[in-house]
Amino acid sequence: MDFVPITPNDRKIMLQTIGVPSFEALIEEIPEAIPRADLQVPRSLSEPELLRLCGDLAAKNRVLDPESCFLGAGAYSHWIPSVVRYITSRGEFLTAYTPYQAEASQGTLQAMYEFQSLLCELTGMDVANASLYEGASALAEACLLALRETGRSRVAVAHTVHPEYLQTVKTYLKQSHVRIVDLPVQRGVTDLKAAEAQVDSETAAVVVQMPNAFGCLEPVEELSKLAHRHGALLIAVVNPVSLGILRSPGSYGADVVVGEGQPLGNELAYGGPYLGLFACRQNLVRKVPGRIVGMTRDAHGRRGFTLTLQTREQHIRRAKATSNICTNEAMMALAATVYLGALGKEGFRELALHNLQKAHYLFDQMVKIPGVKALFPAPFFNEFALEMPIDPERVNRNLLAEGFLGGFPLKRWDRGLSDGWLLCATEIHSRAALDRFVLAVQKALQ
Amino acid sequence: MIDLSQLKFSKTHEWFSLDADLGTIGITQHAQEEISDVVFVELPKVGKNVAQGEEIAVVESVKAAFSIYAPVSGTMTEVNEALAKDPGLINRSPYEQGWIVRMKLKSPAEAESLMDQKQYDEWVSGGSH
Repeated sequence: MDFVPITPNDRKIMLQTIGVPSFEALIEEIPEAIPRADLQVPRSLSEPELLRLCGDLAAKNRVLDPESCFLGAGAYSHWIPSVVRYITSRGEFLTAYTPYQAEASQGTLQAMYEFQSLLCELTGMDVANASLYEGASALAEACLLALRETGRSRVAVAHTVHPEYLQTVKTYLKQSHVRIVDLPVQRGVTDLKAAEAQVDSETAAVVVQMPNAFGCLEPVEELSKLAHRHGALLIAVVNPVSLGILRSPGSYGADVVVGEGQPLGNELAYGGPYLGLFACRQNLVRKVPGRIVGMTRDAHGRRGFTLTLQTREQHIRRAKATSNICTNEAMMALAATVYLGALGKEGFRELALHNLQKAHYLFDQMVKIPGVKALFPAPFFNEFALEMPIDPERVNRNLLAEGFLGGFPLKRWDRGLSDGWLLCATEIHSRAALDRFVLAVQKALQ
Repeated sequence: MIDLSQLKFSKTHEWFSLDADLGTIGITQHAQEEISDVVFVELPKVGKNVAQGEEIAVVESVKAAFSIYAPVSGTMTEVNEALAKDPGLINRSPYEQGWIVRMKLKSPAEAESLMDQKQYDEWVSGGSH
């Protein structure tokens, strides 16, 4: 059946009603200087024609086996248990929009509440929201929170934070008077001595990523102390999977924890949807952006779930809202909840351990290849940087010809790292797949 | 019992009492009835300087969030910490236990521009709020 938003006759009646002769006359107020859209819309297609067209377009994609993908740099390939897709695609959960009407949506609300509780357990924080759009905007919101909380005007961001996250923060703060201060890097991690000179009584927050964008583990404890010594908040950007083995941000004093939740049971997808994680300490709850689901009792004393603290939000608080984010990634958060539930506490720890071991095995094999060296000496989790003897872009091209998706050429972030190649390995890679990749890299270097 | 005739009032429903150059600020009985149950009060930092008419606090009720404005210019000397634990004090005792901030006045003459109880009551019943 065709979808016809408005028939020519509807249009005629509407124009007559408002007394305008044509659609062009209706928009003639728009200045000539603004170019008019010249829509080159092809003729309409029948269903089989359309499917064929889309199929042909999709066939242009090169689909690689997940085991042959070694690219991380912010998005990670993990095994997603079938139960995740089964539950998220059930009719009770699969809805077009965030169903928050408490009297009709207890299941969804409970799932979001569980998501928040799981995130608190992972991060060691007291409260979490029902998610934001993705990791980078979650970080930008965390910076806004710190600025509101402290009334200060500077944010100190470690140079090792993912450059695209920093770009998002800059975009959010572009129209404000807030200054973003760079904490210098040395050998892949934040230079503590240099950082000390950059943090003072005007610093609202110190932002550190753990593991950082180069995969290295940061001196988070010292950075936390530095932030708190000056009354600033510590914002930690985390890879949630790493928390199965690394200390929780709460234990080293983070005030706000954000991150990309995609590794938790969500597909790799160009352009998303991804999952912004946001958790913080109790004293900041009134300044949290986005939706929060709370547990309560109904009129009969039964346990129930409902949106809470809505006076923070723009539909009530108007201009004073903590954020203009009123929605979230409920479907992705649900997937993360089912994923964590399916793995359980022990399974999650095991998952992190597998990631650690696979990445370290791959690292050990790679540095045996003549000319390949570790780029940084810092310990890492499931991602590490190498110094390659030839241009990493060329290595990648050679690998692609063999059916492998190689690592991330670090010169795209930093021209100084022209030989840098960021590789990632997760539980999805079998030992045989890792060995095949090492052989392919050896060949790609010849 | 506080003597309302000694208080000054603003059109934005703050009350104000003056003791030498120290002023105490809260919201009126009428205001607390209108906004209903207060659930949170965002207090300023002691030491903060504000100009007359500037926002000094935000009172959140189950209905919405409301700004509290400085009736006069000055420096915050004290905030009512009890409101953090029990914001309902604003509803139960708006003129006494539910006070919000104390401030040192910059220019006591500014208080002259505020209404007295009679003017405020008339203004409220005039429905021009």
